[in-house]
Amino acid sequence: MNHTNTLTPNRFDVCMNQLLSAFDPKNWAKQMIVPIIAILVFLMLWSAGARQVHTSLGAFPGPTKVWEQAIALWEEHKVEQKKAAAFYQRLQKRIDKAIAAGKPEAKIERLRQRKYTGNETFIDQIVTSLITVSTGFLLASLIAIPIGIVIGMNNTLYSAFNPIIQLLKPVSPLAWLPLVTMVVSAVYVSSDPLFSKSFLTSAITVTLCCLWPTIINTSVGVAGVNKDLINVSRVLRLGWLTKTLKIVLPSSIPMMFTGLRLSLGIGWMVLIAAEMLAQNPGLGKFVWDEFQNGSSNSLARIMVAVIVIGFIGFLLDRGMLSLQKIISWDKHAILR
Amino acid sequence: MNKYLEIDHVGITFPTDKGPLTVLDGVNIKVEQGEFVSLIGHSGCGKSTVLNIIAGLLQATQGGVVLEGKEVDEPGPDRAVVFQNHSLMPWLSVYDNVRLAVDQVFKQTKSKQERHEWTLHNLELVHMSHALDRKPDEISGGMKQRVGIARALAMEPKVLLMDEPFGALDSLTRTHMQDSLMEIQASLNNTVIMITHDVDEAVLLSDRIVMMTNGPSAKVGEILSIDLPRPRDRLALAENPTYNHYRAEVVRFLHERHLQKTPDHGKPEKKAQKDEETEAANPAECTLRLVS
Repeated sequence: MNHTNTLTPNRFDVCMNQLLSAFDPKNWAKQMIVPIIAILVFLMLWSAGARQVHTSLGAFPGPTKVWEQAIALWEEHKVEQKKAAAFYQRLQKRIDKAIAAGKPEAKIERLRQRKYTGNETFIDQIVTSLITVSTGFLLASLIAIPIGIVIGMNNTLYSAFNPIIQLLKPVSPLAWLPLVTMVVSAVYVSSDPLFSKSFLTSAITVTLCCLWPTIINTSVGVAGVNKDLINVSRVLRLGWLTKTLKIVLPSSIPMMFTGLRLSLGIGWMVLIAAEMLAQNPGLGKFVWDEFQNGSSNSLARIMVAVIVIGFIGFLLDRGMLSLQKIISWDKHAILR
Repeated sequence: MNKYLEIDHVGITFPTDKGPLTVLDGVNIKVEQGEFVSLIGHSGCGKSTVLNIIAGLLQATQGGVVLEGKEVDEPGPDRAVVFQNHSLMPWLSVYDNVRLAVDQVFKQTKSKQERHEWTLHNLELVHMSHALDRKPDEISGGMKQRVGIARALAMEPKVLLMDEPFGALDSLTRTHMQDSLMEIQASLNNTVIMITHDVDEAVLLSDRIVMMTNGPSAKVGEILSIDLPRPRDRLALAENPTYNHYRAEVVRFLHERHLQKTPDHGKPEKKAQKDEETEAANPAECTLRLVS
């Protein structure tokens, strides 16, 4: 009797422990421990390796130096923000004064139009890059998805488009850039431009490079719609539009997203190069300017940019994945 | 007088790399309204091709199909198909899968509310009302096939075409599905053409069994009328001599075809032996073999 009495609560405890341990922070720690060790080892190797490399701008920056510069960039951003705030405060005062003095409306309006023209900070440049890549990527998706659907549904069109796609797909963004620059300069002539030319050039170059994965994967997804489902649509005599919306599109969504993810990844890589050459005030220009600047901090600041670029690329990919999880019906698909 | 559905001297030839291949040659089947006809034959004899021609998914190269005096030349909801692998849209719920068909077929004749009720009614028929919001991935194979049947029934077809509807199911589920189908058939009196591999299924469900010869150039071998009173009860029939006679007839037909076919495959003796082992489970077949 005694024996069982002592055993039962023990067994219960064991069960409870197993249950609890699933939610235990310690287990999360266990899962995190390998990545954390890996990162630490990487930082140590980087630190040790960096000291061995001497450049004309001093030793290659180690993690500490990069961290310092990251903080410095953030401080610069805050200082610049304060300056901007102060500028707008002064401006408001002038406007109020002008109104009180009964100055003509046109003059007041001119004051209101004034913008703060301080330096672009690192954070501003990140924002510019994100806007540019989004524009290029959205434009590419708007073109690529319909093309992908159409050539996926029609074999003749597929054989017409395929060689062109295969030919243009491997072209480097650096080859496109001069052409795009010249075309934008020639075509986009406006006295009051809504977008700067460098923005358009960068965005269009991104578009040209991230069209292809989406076109190819969408067309593969569309062409691979289950034949039985097509037969169902034939038996139901679904119209072309209903068939496309209700059967073809949903069933090709997983492949479409594979294409979109590849495209966005390529777009982000292309953007940095495009911004460098087009002088679009984003991360690419930041890297280029620091390189040209050649101060003792330049390499560390470029390294900050490298890490930020990598991290944003990672976030963009995760973002697409989350979007796919929300939109796609295929919740079992392995998403990684 | 013309029959409800006539499959008239239907032949079909496919072009292949090795020249034209005639799969069907002069297939003649006449079906009455409300009749349940099974097509049975060995794999690859063209049963599915016959069904696809009736559905309009394939075009016969000779002859044609006439339904209620009109020739069939394209697929349509008046010849709803229940596919072997259910063919539900995986991204639509059970309800939406049926509703898609209902909306398409009755978009002019029924109001939104009526279409909603008709969808529910058909899912009720196949006992799937409890899983309206589930996705096909979340229900069992038998349940998927029930939804497939509900979708086909919801089109109010003149002929219901079933392509081995229960072939992919385990035998217990298949039994349930057959009973359900008999129940539905009794209340709706649909005209059904069903392809099957299963002799018991064919005898239990059908008014007539069309046995097809082996391809290529398959045609109708024999047609067997099953004069068993309805409703049929599988347990009572298991001991019924008439039922067992019909069973034996079908098995004999298939077995003879099989023996004819074996020389092409080589090792005929071994193959026949293997068949005996598997089929010997049923006493009716044992006596049959002794007699023949």
